[in-house]
Amino acid sequence: MGFDMHASILIITMSVVTIALRFIPFIVFSGKKEIPKIVIYLGEVLPSAVIGMLVIYCLKDIDFSVTPYGSRELVATFIVVLTQILSRNSLLSILAGTISYMLFLNFL
Amino acid sequence: MNKNLISQAFLKSLPIMVGYLVIGFGFGILLRDAGYGLLWAIAMSLFIYAGSMQYVGVSLITAPATLFMTILTTFMINARHLFYSISMISRYKDAGKFKPYLIFALTDETYALVSDNKHPKGNDRYVFWFLISLFNHFYWILGTAFGSVFAKSLPFDTSGITFSMTAIFVAAYTEQWMAKKHRISAIIGILVTLLARIIFGSDMFLIPSMLVIAAILLLLRTKLSKGD
Repeated sequence: MGFDMHASILIITMSVVTIALRFIPFIVFSGKKEIPKIVIYLGEVLPSAVIGMLVIYCLKDIDFSVTPYGSRELVATFIVVLTQILSRNSLLSILAGTISYMLFLNFL
Repeated sequence: MNKNLISQAFLKSLPIMVGYLVIGFGFGILLRDAGYGLLWAIAMSLFIYAGSMQYVGVSLITAPATLFMTILTTFMINARHLFYSISMISRYKDAGKFKPYLIFALTDETYALVSDNKHPKGNDRYVFWFLISLFNHFYWILGTAFGSVFAKSLPFDTSGITFSMTAIFVAAYTEQWMAKKHRISAIIGILVTLLARIIFGSDMFLIPSMLVIAAILLLLRTKLSKGD
């Protein structure tokens, strides 16, 4: 594969947008300027919704019409939820779910 | 820069080390499986330095997504960084030459470490926060590089490693649910995206989801801002 120009442009874009999001408040609100209420509101409620959106995004390619009907993904997802409820330790839940999924894929 | 400060910062960063090495490792493998090797992995971890964004970034690169889609997705996923920065404005105000890097390196985990009140006094605290940020960034790059390099030589089939991305978001979703943080908003996120996926198909649903989620959240502003 030759040098992938499109991929490098996308990476630069992700980098610039991420850096902008981190720097803008320091530039805009560093003086005495009041932070708009709507910005604060979105900052509070948006992250929860976006995490929900990303859960569906990650599961978007499950095909429920062919075997094993998405059962591996759904069971592994359930393992993550259960481990998180019991342990409240995200790293443990991520590892438990991912290892289970890899085992399902290789041995079932 | 005294040794004591370095060891203090290192000890404080230790809990993040394990997480960043493991999640970074998974990202390195994922990116390698997508056809992008060590230099790509290091470049992304060096310049983007946002865990969940980089995982989603792999699918944006392989799709390949348009520029507009990439900007919008990055904005939605990383919008929360606006609020980390807002809450650090006064804290980082006099950080001087450390300030640009401190702001650049403000990830979720680093924010969690530097936003408490346990830090050295005087100008030492800026060095302390700088070192914590630097250590964390280093763990992240190191984990990523390890994943990329060792992806092919692991003694087992890594094809299921892609599930680590799903697991990251499912764990985060469950955790915010348990912490009773904005449950209505969390339900809106899931339901809107699920509907959009069914209506628009698996390639086109993300942008409509983002727009509808933002619109609903703005409409429900008076209701939700009192806390749900």
